[in-house]
Amino acid sequence: MKVKDVPQDKGMIGDHGTEVCYAVDDDGRYKIASSLGWEPKNIANEQAWDIINRDIADAIQGIRTGKLSPLAYHMTKNLMDEGLLANYSGFYRWRVKRHLRADVFNKLKPAFLKRYADIFEISIEELETVPDLEIKGDKNI
Amino acid sequence: MRIEFEHKQSAHCESGVTSNLLYHYGLDITESMAFGIGAGLFFGYIPFIKLNKIPLTTFRCSVGGIFKRVSKSLKISVKEKRFRNQQKAMSELDSLLEQNIPVGCQTGAFWLPYFPEAFRFHFNMHNLIVVGKEGDTYFISDPVFPDIVTCSAFNLCKARFAKGTLAPKGRTYILEHVPESPDLVIPVRKGIKAVCNAMLKAPIPIIGVKGIRYLAGKLEKWPEKLGDEMALLYLGQVVRMQEEIGTGGGGFRFMYAAFLQQAASVLEDDNYLELSERLTQIGDKWRLFAVSGARNCKKRARKRDSFPGMAQMLRECADLEEQLFKDLRDIVV
Repeated sequence: MKVKDVPQDKGMIGDHGTEVCYAVDDDGRYKIASSLGWEPKNIANEQAWDIINRDIADAIQGIRTGKLSPLAYHMTKNLMDEGLLANYSGFYRWRVKRHLRADVFNKLKPAFLKRYADIFEISIEELETVPDLEIKGDKNI
Repeated sequence: MRIEFEHKQSAHCESGVTSNLLYHYGLDITESMAFGIGAGLFFGYIPFIKLNKIPLTTFRCSVGGIFKRVSKSLKISVKEKRFRNQQKAMSELDSLLEQNIPVGCQTGAFWLPYFPEAFRFHFNMHNLIVVGKEGDTYFISDPVFPDIVTCSAFNLCKARFAKGTLAPKGRTYILEHVPESPDLVIPVRKGIKAVCNAMLKAPIPIIGVKGIRYLAGKLEKWPEKLGDEMALLYLGQVVRMQEEIGTGGGGFRFMYAAFLQQAASVLEDDNYLELSERLTQIGDKWRLFAVSGARNCKKRARKRDSFPGMAQMLRECADLEEQLFKDLRDIVV
């Protein structure tokens, strides 16, 4: 890659500055060049977030039908799965799994709710609410 | 209190931390030099390690490997520590800072508030250097950012004790003794040999050039085996690992090519310049692979972007790299 070909496609970095690329100058010497981003990277990153957003939408759907608890939403929104949430909360995985059920979650002690709320850095009230998210994007990605 | 610390932005966190820490102690080792001596270049497609439920593709050696190899080769003594108690981990950090010692930390990326939203994944292999504290705020030289950043004690502690795969467990490392002007010839040779071995002589066929061919074979069959949707997810993850995770472009190939140019002057041998040029071309090929992959993910694939077509591109990369590392091995002796 030549310095003059270093892509400047704004995207995932947004307004957070630039990143470093290695590229050669006209004399073939390697230089450090800054880049605002590169379209293929932006696309791959978007793809990852599309999946996450779809999972969040699925979780909300599950909560609306009364099957899943709000914990499912917060877990997904924080990019966690049952295993990781078990690591953070100190609960066994099977217990986290149970807490994802609406009927079990509704009977949880405040102390348990607090434990989850603290992980997500929110209040217990916030833990119990799920926003009305519009389902964004193509559901068949 | 803030340590006077020269922060240089780097492409990759671990090689960047290594370079910046050494510079602080008077050793001018650039990021690419650290990457080369640390034998950072690698390839692996590891089906039994999953990242986001998708097999891991990696273009660099194991976490911590670069730093470890550089400090060993240059005879730098390092003090490394992991913690169980979070409070203790933070107070020990503070007392080191008070002694004017910059502290390298392994952290997770998810809890660092200064990270752009789009990068905040549960990724526990991030490295940064804490260089000061005022009140509740830490000053951090995070090598992938242009300037010194700040972070609250609460968030830094959370990041140092992130959970999940390769949890950092509060790991810190400081340099205790750095030799004044070490000879680079042997470290450079050793680093090159290690990379040649990893790329050519791996005992299992999922690593090195064999690993690239293995990925090519798998990739070809993804659409029929996994269905179109999953195939694109797998593909997207390869592209992300190649380009997104601070590689300096082309899955670290450009950074290593920069190192080979430096090796030419350290070893006083112009043959390395030619090899560097060849590696740059290989890096360009990897970039083309990423372009094809992204077109697929965006559903804008052209004819040559088909899965067999991309597998063919990978095989070309593998062939070229095989020849390159053989030639490199022959001249480094």
